[in-house]
Amino acid sequence: MGTKIVKIETTGMGVLLIVLAIAIVTLATRWGGIYIMSFVPISYRVKQFIQAMSGSVLVAILVPMAFEGDNGARLALLTTAITMLLLKKPLPAIAAGILAAALLRQF
Amino acid sequence: MIEDNSELHQFDKSLVWSGFKQLAPIAIFVVAFGAAFSLAAIQAGLSDSVIVTMSSLVFAGAAQFAVLDLWGPQVPFFTMMITVFAINARHLLMGATLYPWLRHLPPAKRYGVMLVVSDANWAKSMQAFNRGQPGVGLLLGGGLALWFFWVVGSWLGVYLGDAISDPKAVGLDMVMGCFLLAMVLEGDRNFQILGIWVVAAISSMLAYWYLPDNSHVIIGALAGGFTGLLYGNQDSEN
Repeated sequence: MGTKIVKIETTGMGVLLIVLAIAIVTLATRWGGIYIMSFVPISYRVKQFIQAMSGSVLVAILVPMAFEGDNGARLALLTTAITMLLLKKPLPAIAAGILAAALLRQF
Repeated sequence: MIEDNSELHQFDKSLVWSGFKQLAPIAIFVVAFGAAFSLAAIQAGLSDSVIVTMSSLVFAGAAQFAVLDLWGPQVPFFTMMITVFAINARHLLMGATLYPWLRHLPPAKRYGVMLVVSDANWAKSMQAFNRGQPGVGLLLGGGLALWFFWVVGSWLGVYLGDAISDPKAVGLDMVMGCFLLAMVLEGDRNFQILGIWVVAAISSMLAYWYLPDNSHVIIGALAGGFTGLLYGNQDSEN
């Protein structure tokens, strides 16, 4: 391949360097979005895009979770969805979902 | 639509405390998740102090678990950084979606609040903003609750050992998934939104299967965003 793979020893200063690097990369993602947006004029189109994107983030996290998860994961999401549509209260819906996964996985 | 010339970005101590209390019930589950991270980290060979330091400074569960997969006597540095960036890249989108409100804050406050942004408090604050309620208190207070319980959980996992030896068996891996789904279903629903979601869902699955690891959230969200542009115009929205 020709490219040199940088390996860092997980001893002493090496560990500290790795943890700090992970923290900095994560912080860059937390700050990067609003930093980039400070150069973007907030037009109507931009608002429309942002509005549509905000719900889509959640959908894009959840759908692969349901597809690729085990039956426990699927039942948890299904139970949460049904409870949410019936009761319209998040906490009971979340608790019911977790309980459903726990029960199914006992067997 | 987005109302950004109002005072929704304002926050004070009582709004932050209220945000803390609103996210505290879900944050209790985060304790178990943090403890599970510590157990996995101990098995991967990390020392106690490194585990608690990592949880305090990084505060990103999914990325931290992924780091453990790459941990060993030596660590492939750039592979690990790219993995962390890809998993956390959804924060970029969250920041962008919050910007219309956060831009009214002075930079120090704006970036300060973003220190604790995470899935659950972001979802809650966006929901508040979209309903015309102040959301920064939820973002900051809720984020502090999540951070606090995440660190407490990590610490407990280190010191109590295997209190929760198998978090998956008791359904704890589904806490965030169920929470986010409840947030999706609590929001407005109409055919436009449904269309956007279908595009986001299909794109994220295609990315999951055919594109590099961890790209699916970004791809799905951007595809949903572009779909939103196809709908309507200023008149039909207002």
